Amino acid sequence: MTWFLDHWDEVITLARQHAVLAALPLAVGFLLALPLGWAARRWRTAYPILVTASGLLYTIPSLALFVLLPLVLGTRILDPLNVVVAMTIYTVALLVRTVADALGAVPEGVRSAAVALGYRAPRRFMTVELPLAVPVLVAGLRVAAVSNVSIVSVASLIGVTQLGDLLTDGYNRAIGGELITGILACLVLALLFDVTLQGLGRLLTPWVRVEQARGRPVTKGAAA
Amino acid sequence: MIRFDGVSKVYPGGAVAVDNLGLTIPTGQITVLVGPSGCGKTTSLRMINRMVKPTSGTITVDGQDIARIRASKLRRGMGYVLQDAGLFPHRTVLDNIGTVPRLLGWKRARIQERARELLERVGLEDDLADRYPNQLSGGQRQRVGVARALAADPPVLLMDEPFSAVDPVVRDQLQSDLLALQADLSKTIVLVTHDIDEALRLGDQVAVLRRGGHLAQVGSPAELLAHPADDFVADFLGRDRGYRSLAFAGMPRLTLHAERTVTLGEPLPAGGPPWVLVLDAGRPQGWVRTEEVHRPGRRVLVDDLERGGNVARLDSTPREVLDAALSSPAGRGVIIDDQGEFVGTVVASELLALLELERGQR
Repeated sequence: MTWFLDHWDEVITLARQHAVLAALPLAVGFLLALPLGWAARRWRTAYPILVTASGLLYTIPSLALFVLLPLVLGTRILDPLNVVVAMTIYTVALLVRTVADALGAVPEGVRSAAVALGYRAPRRFMTVELPLAVPVLVAGLRVAAVSNVSIVSVASLIGVTQLGDLLTDGYNRAIGGELITGILACLVLALLFDVTLQGLGRLLTPWVRVEQARGRPVTKGAAA
Repeated sequence: MIRFDGVSKVYPGGAVAVDNLGLTIPTGQITVLVGPSGCGKTTSLRMINRMVKPTSGTITVDGQDIARIRASKLRRGMGYVLQDAGLFPHRTVLDNIGTVPRLLGWKRARIQERARELLERVGLEDDLADRYPNQLSGGQRQRVGVARALAADPPVLLMDEPFSAVDPVVRDQLQSDLLALQADLSKTIVLVTHDIDEALRLGDQVAVLRRGGHLAQVGSPAELLAHPADDFVADFLGRDRGYRSLAFAGMPRLTLHAERTVTLGEPLPAGGPPWVLVLDAGRPQGWVRTEEVHRPGRRVLVDDLERGGNVARLDSTPREVLDAALSSPAGRGVIIDDQGEFVGTVVASELLALLELERGQR
């Protein structure tokens, strides 16, 4: 506690960097996963290929990816871009399946109603399928967000500063207060991400709430 | 007018959904496609708005080949009602109804106005406008589905088993409301159902399809009931085909009988027939059995009534009149006028004798 009180401004700065390194890849990864997940849904043969391939990406150890990327991208070893790209890859890996399954959860009757009423594919995707996929998408995003917050801390080993520094430094110099602060700060940050996404999901799905609030159909009004 | 010309649909693997269908669907009338599951009725319906592409043959709407019209444009010009409504769960009732006008690029205010107008038109209260579909009953959802289909005032309405997901009482109400709506709007309606009663009730023209996508017979309900083309059609129409055909027969001139009546709350006069009809402000309320109720000075109360008899109107079909007679505890069917006031009774045997006579004259 005293360690935190003495260093709180430093912790806040690290947390801010940590948040950017976790959130930016989450956003970019989600945007990349959308078309991939859509394709996995659209073509039956594409589903197992895309879902398996993206799942395999997640199994690459983060440290290996952090070290390998400069070779692939031609960036400097200390460039935070390496971390952003690596985290984006992990996000895509987690979200392709989520997007595919979320789109699959849109009821077939609703989809064919949209077709029958004269929606063309792009507008149908944006205004019917995507909004209805939000509950499942949010669930997947929450997992990816927490996973990102946790994996980013490894980046301390390649010298990109964020909350992970508290863990490495605290461990190396055997400062218990710093270690605990690092762990708790990561937890709080993950929790913040989770709550934010959950709130966003609620905001985007007002119809789900009325269902839960009422539980049964309203029979008031005209008969039948 | 919608025309199917030698239309077939064969799925990869060889399953034949529709086999060389030729059918003319007249403008401004209700055509019902009816048949058992697997008869290709829904496939046929979905070919009209190009949701299913025919393997061969052509479909024309007012002489124009639909294959040459852009699918989205064609569909926006045809209302579509699905089984269980198929409403968008994330949109309010009003926004659901406004779907096609929105796709057509109408102004916001005009869409709102039109959607509210339709809400009333299909018999829903204004305070449902901002509800979500999952806050409605099945019947209400179905009404919203019809309103949504009518929103851009399309000349053609396609209805895929529109009433099969609601209970029988609600279904009956929705069917009458559709007929009332159609009397006003005169749309070209193509309706798919597996329910022969629904087909006979709603259809100006009924097309009976059999498994494998063959058209078994097409005609008016009266024609089908009187002259089924083959055993399949006869079987499909059901056992009480003769009785049902009375719903479409002309009504012979009936002699109405006078009836001993008593006003509710008054004492029953002495003597008289075993059954007396009880009226309230001229409207029939039920029958009372004289021997049970009659005591000097005793008034006839609601609890004394034997209800359960159906009433028929002066302009009812023979089926309804016969049903009124058969369901009456007194054996005499009660006939009312447009105001609901009692005008006389009929006896089943007399109606049957008249129908028999008419049949002899044809």
